[in-house]
Amino acid sequence: MSVITEKADLSLKYAAHYNEVKESLREGSPQIMNDLRGTALQDFIRQGIPTRKVENYKYTNLQPSFTPEYEFIHQRITTEVDLNAIFRCDVPQLDTHLAFVSNGWFYENNRQLSELPEGVLLGSLEKMATEQPGLLAKFATLASTADDPMVALNALYAKDGYFLYVPRNARVEKPIQLINLLQSENDTFVTQRNFIHIEEGAHVKLILCDHTMNLNKYLSNSVTEIFVGQNASLEYYALQNHHNNSASINSVFIHQERDSTANTLYSTLHGGLIRNNLKFILDGENAEANLYGMAFIDRQQHVDNFTQVIHAKPHCQSNQIYKNVLDDESTGAFSGRIHVVRDAQKTNAFQRNNNLLLTDKALMQTKPQLIIDADDVKCSHGATIGQIDEDALFYLRARGIEEKMARLMMMNAFTHEVIQQVKVEPLRDRIDELVDKRLRGEMARCHDCAYNCES
Amino acid sequence: MLSIKDLYVSIDGNEILKGINLEVKPGEIHAIMGPNGSGKSTLANVLAGKEEFEVTQGEVTYMGEDLLEMAPEDRATSGLFLSFQYPVEIPGVPMVNFLKTAVNQHRIARGEKELTAGEFLKLMREKKEMIDMDTQLTNRSVNEGFSGGEKKKNEIFQMALLEPKLAILDETDSGLDIDALKTVAHGVNALKTPNNATIIITHYQRLLDYIIPDHVHVLYKGRMVKSGGRELALELEEKGYDWVKQENALQ
Ligand SMILES: Nc1ncnc2c1ncn2[C@@H]1O[C@H](COP(=O)(O)OP(=O)(O)OP(=O)(O)O)[C@@H](O)[C@H]1O
Ligand SMILES: [Mg+2]
Repeated sequence: MSVITEKADLSLKYAAHYNEVKESLREGSPQIMNDLRGTALQDFIRQGIPTRKVENYKYTNLQPSFTPEYEFIHQRITTEVDLNAIFRCDVPQLDTHLAFVSNGWFYENNRQLSELPEGVLLGSLEKMATEQPGLLAKFATLASTADDPMVALNALYAKDGYFLYVPRNARVEKPIQLINLLQSENDTFVTQRNFIHIEEGAHVKLILCDHTMNLNKYLSNSVTEIFVGQNASLEYYALQNHHNNSASINSVFIHQERDSTANTLYSTLHGGLIRNNLKFILDGENAEANLYGMAFIDRQQHVDNFTQVIHAKPHCQSNQIYKNVLDDESTGAFSGRIHVVRDAQKTNAFQRNNNLLLTDKALMQTKPQLIIDADDVKCSHGATIGQIDEDALFYLRARGIEEKMARLMMMNAFTHEVIQQVKVEPLRDRIDELVDKRLRGEMARCHDCAYNCES
Repeated sequence: MLSIKDLYVSIDGNEILKGINLEVKPGEIHAIMGPNGSGKSTLANVLAGKEEFEVTQGEVTYMGEDLLEMAPEDRATSGLFLSFQYPVEIPGVPMVNFLKTAVNQHRIARGEKELTAGEFLKLMREKKEMIDMDTQLTNRSVNEGFSGGEKKKNEIFQMALLEPKLAILDETDSGLDIDALKTVAHGVNALKTPNNATIIITHYQRLLDYIIPDHVHVLYKGRMVKSGGRELALELEEKGYDWVKQENALQ
């Protein structure tokens, strides 16, 4: 562990810190990760921690999140605490393959992994990359350090994360649930690097629960690369529930081959600053991508969903629905880029972002961007920012429903469209319940874990 | 039951109702007619508690209480019901949830036990039959994609579920086909008791063939300019509003 002490320019401070600790970062790390660090450093220094002058980070000021003195955890810490014992699932019907990631490190004593179908590998990226580098041939081919300083910073510090491999035609019936815990004695900078490869014809559902264990400040910067093979499918549910003193930057890259389907759904209830970068490349005919998101935020929370969907081949379909409810002085952003490359004919690309502002102080910025280089495509986008429909509210009240309840019904109605996209039923019920609690102003968390789990 | 005295109402500084007086007793049916824009819906909405309208003068007592002091939901649970001229669509709020919540809020206000899901469905089935409501409609979101007539029918369906003491039907007959008109009228009559009252706002005598009013009033430019018995409606049907307008201009 080491602590940044210099007070120079923020970006230089991080670069200097890296130089100081690079030996311990390299130590024990797989070759493919160490190979990235040199370029990553240059790319990071060139781009720096983005200010709001950087187009892609126009609506999110990352600087304050990088200012505190953080501790870094470069070594796997063997905990005596059995995470399996601390956490128990409290959704009776949600039967999952459960695994933990702690401060970016894959937890070594996960149980239940043995039940995974034959050939499915779930484990520590560091370990897998060392033991079976062949399975990581595509590592770092999607997440380019040249395009995004946060990806560069991730490559600089990455040591571990989760690795998932689903072999050809394997069908993982039970969802795989990964609980990302942030738990440290001090304010901590967490880097997590993940890699998923779903082979041809394989199917998998993934539930990711982000959770802070105490009120220390955390800055988490994760990068996930996902390869979805021909005719394969992925359902990816991210439940973001960090405390409001934490910041997290999540960059997910998904590459899809022919006839594949990938659905992502982000549910953001808690967290101080959240930036979700999501980049899809539809790189085979008939691929389908569905991107859903919803956020309920209040106080000074900030949520920024930044999506890019690249239609690289003809006959693909993409669909985006993002909905936000902003209360108090919270702020949000949605930037959705659809890029249809030349010859990606018969593309269907659809995007919508609806926002409900509950106060005059809440602020939402929304920016669709269509880049269309093919001529036979159907693209549409729409965005709304508004208040609760007063006429509808009056209608409910005129039927005897008290104002507070009527407002709740309206807000629930607003996100209904996204929640119903959750295909894992007990998870959907659980999200429904959490959203309802969140809207009622209660803490939508269990005692310890934000989702499904309690001590 | 309802007593409106010298009621003045404005919106955005425009005076729309200019001294309305109306007495409604239990068991009575009142019809309010009048040209477009005369203030009928404004009156109905003020009674239901719509906040945009500003009451500048006058008072309204309902069942002995100051109605204007009550929140819309409290007016509703004490038995006042407005069938809207233009029912709003509320996508994402399922009809069944909405209806069950409404019914149970009424029950809570009366100190009764809430209905269970099963009990509610049974009640709903009963009322659906009564006004010939399509099951397919109750599986949707509130009024979402309903035709004009279906929306009106849905209002009466809600009325049947909530069994109000004072129902105000704002042009519930507009947009209904002949058969629907009859079922709706039948529904209103079936719900009639000596203890409840109905105010029917309509442009057409036809509905009044099925629901016989005790009193007919003409609202014109924010004032009740004429009141009479059932025959007044027939006279209006025959002569139109011109004679009322002329009479009013002479005054
Ligand atoms: N929100 C509003 N803002 C401004 N003017 C309004 C508003 N609501 C109603 N008015 C005006 O008040 C007057 C009365 O409207 P109201 O809807 O009460 O008429 P009505 O008698 O119900 O007419 P109709 O027979 O066409 O339904 C109209 O001139 C209308 O334009
Ligand atoms: Mg009207």
